[in-house]
Amino acid sequence: MTAELVRGQNHPLDRTRVEIRISAGGPVMAGVTLGDDQGRLSGTDAVAHPGAPCRTGVEVPRQAASEHRIAVDLDAVADTVHRVSVLLALPATVSSLTGFGAAAAPRVAVTGLDGTPLAGYSITGLGAETAVVAVELYRRQGAWKVRAVGQGYADGLAAMLRDQGLPQAAELAAEIEEAVGLGRARAVPSPVAAGRAEQPTAAPPVPEGPAPASPAPDASAPSAPAHGGDRVDYRHPRRRTAPAPAPAAAPEGPKIPEAPDGPQTPVAGDAAGWSMDERLYNQVWGMFEDLARSVAAYRSACSFAESRLEQELDQALADPRNRLGSAAAAARAAARDRHAALVTQARAALDRDLTQLTAESEVVEPALPPAFARWDSPVWQGHHAPQEPPMAVRLGDLHLPEVLDLRIPMLVRLPLERGLWIDSGPSSYAWQADPGREFGRRELGSALTEGPPDEAVLGRLALDTAVAVAARLLAAHPVGDFALQVIDPGGTAAPALAPLLETGALREPPAPGAQGVARTLEALIRRVDLVQMAVRNRAADSLPPDVDTAQQLLIVHDFPHGFDDRAVNQLRYLADEGPAVGVHLLIVADRAQSQEYGPVLDPLWRSLLRLTPVPDAHLADPWVGHAWTYEPALAPQGSPIVRQVLSRLAQARPAERH
Amino acid sequence: MSVNLSKGQGISLQKSDGGTLAAVRMGLGWRSAPRRGLFGRRTNEIDLDASAVLFAGQTPVDVVFFQHLISDDGSVRHTGDNRVGGAGQGGDDEAILVDLSRVPVHIDQIVFTVNSFTGQSFAEVQDAFCRLVDETTGQELARYTLTGGGQYTAQVMSKVHRAGNGWSMTAIGEPANGRTFQDLVPAMLPHL
Repeated sequence: MTAELVRGQNHPLDRTRVEIRISAGGPVMAGVTLGDDQGRLSGTDAVAHPGAPCRTGVEVPRQAASEHRIAVDLDAVADTVHRVSVLLALPATVSSLTGFGAAAAPRVAVTGLDGTPLAGYSITGLGAETAVVAVELYRRQGAWKVRAVGQGYADGLAAMLRDQGLPQAAELAAEIEEAVGLGRARAVPSPVAAGRAEQPTAAPPVPEGPAPASPAPDASAPSAPAHGGDRVDYRHPRRRTAPAPAPAAAPEGPKIPEAPDGPQTPVAGDAAGWSMDERLYNQVWGMFEDLARSVAAYRSACSFAESRLEQELDQALADPRNRLGSAAAAARAAARDRHAALVTQARAALDRDLTQLTAESEVVEPALPPAFARWDSPVWQGHHAPQEPPMAVRLGDLHLPEVLDLRIPMLVRLPLERGLWIDSGPSSYAWQADPGREFGRRELGSALTEGPPDEAVLGRLALDTAVAVAARLLAAHPVGDFALQVIDPGGTAAPALAPLLETGALREPPAPGAQGVARTLEALIRRVDLVQMAVRNRAADSLPPDVDTAQQLLIVHDFPHGFDDRAVNQLRYLADEGPAVGVHLLIVADRAQSQEYGPVLDPLWRSLLRLTPVPDAHLADPWVGHAWTYEPALAPQGSPIVRQVLSRLAQARPAERH
Repeated sequence: MSVNLSKGQGISLQKSDGGTLAAVRMGLGWRSAPRRGLFGRRTNEIDLDASAVLFAGQTPVDVVFFQHLISDDGSVRHTGDNRVGGAGQGGDDEAILVDLSRVPVHIDQIVFTVNSFTGQSFAEVQDAFCRLVDETTGQELARYTLTGGGQYTAQVMSKVHRAGNGWSMTAIGEPANGRTFQDLVPAMLPHL
């Protein structure tokens, strides 16, 4: 069972001979350092690098490449070694990249020798760093564990080695750079080093000194002479380059170049919970509450400042002594100053909170599992159906007009307790009235740009939102645990539903007309009744075989078109009784169109969670009751990710069935 | 060093080392009414409530009490309503925590009150006290003994207010009558 780690997380290793596979967006150099229980290096011979690729128990590739395999035999490393850190660096001689942030995030996988994945980690959030400690294997009470570190160093390899307590950091870094340059000169198109590392069992624990096959000298030798390379080394063979900085830096304790921006650096999963998902879920809700309260404090301060200003202006006006002379103007100016000072202070307090929350959001967002992640998150690229349903899904993003760029994921617990209603009605939006909505519209990365949205566009967006939600629910559940049904009597949703149909997520096209509506509803009601009966009598085994026990999501498009009174009542029954037995509603509708039913349907609308296909401020938080702008979780325009995920699910489906 | 205050006594406090307070807790404790013999359910329970009112100037902006446990900004938290009291051994039965560094900038005073929701006067309640504790050090700043406080059902206990860049605390100890904090607002205003 492979574990996907987030920064700071650890995972036990069940074996001591492992391979570490690295893939990066460009050529990188890989190395390994062997640290003691304090993480400090005893000397240059505790570093395996392209210039000296073999150390006791480890072997690293000689060249910079975008893919590496490093063999590690943890039984063979010396007893004094407690920390085996895998580091990546961008060698200046080979790479044109200026930092890890300029290419795709490097990925590290720890596997067994047979390729069984044990743990994986994508190093996200890197920027100008040119060296990074990717993962470390460490000894804890006699057993080995792996920890995702992801600590970047903008000052490169030398800073990293210095941080691990190596006095000769600068020299060694220069030496490694040079060895990488040589390796590149020597390299033939096929990566020799990677091929060799494939037989890690054969790699004997080489004691000290140069490895037999290694033409590069030991790291303790002054510097690597240029042999066979096409680059001429102009340096004096005995003279060290740049000897100055290392001793000066040595007395300093381990320092972290990425200076934490607040009192504490935020960490993903910094909340209570039994699993990583639960911790992240709680953390997101914690951020939600903190943002709500911080903004409440700010708003309350601003409105107090406003009312005090008015009061003071009134007083200044009312005071008869102020009628003559400049006293009134002075009093007014003083009142305005007091107002401005308070607002500035309040804004400063808000900004302090926002800085912290933004930093937290930046580490939390990349760590989110697919069910919680945005569609543009890289986790969807490698998505495969999970073993168990998640505790929640992301239905969209929430933000406040004060802080447009801080988006809080709107996570909703599963199984859904309420049905969803995606409002496709244009009449619901007072487009001109509210400046807050103007923000929303401009940010929207999809079809709407200028002017009020027309009905057709809005309808299509509503359907896209519904498909995105359905795809996310499907992808978040184990294969076969979640099924879709669609009611679309007019057949107008067909183009939008195409991805679901083509990938088999929807088994058959929705039946047309009123009969189709009736049949689908009948079948679902039969299922609800039977499952309810089975649950009540604890007789789950005696359900007829044709009852699908998977959770059902019923997408109703074009409500109430094609519905008669009977069908409307059936739908209300499903909305009330369904969620408890795993039948959920997702209605795409314009409320105005069902006006002829009068207030009879109001309870139905109220029982559903209203979502909008375009950003709209209509959701209130449970603590303070701000109006939050909801933005649906849609894939970026033109992105094929939803379809990709669906077709990957389609591939997984038959395998699971048989 | 804790200051033991009697009714109506006022005293200004700064932290002993000259620094300012960062977090304070107002604790309230009392002994529950003695249990009746057979139908113990019908014991006349004693319910004291602690409340904190947040003022901006003379205007009450927010209040933290048993129906609103966290102020909107999240800086003042009530740990929950206790409706029967405790053992009377000196532990807090209700507490209000104030994170002074997070209090919104316009709030300049926070007034703490105690009232008897079930109507017993402090003369009838045994081992009742309220106290203010510096939450960062656990040091008790002030303590009032409510028991024997006469025929009053409420007390405006103390306030913390902004002083310079930090906060300081002033004990008030003004006895009053009232069922909830709303009844005490007139008694608070002279002390703002």
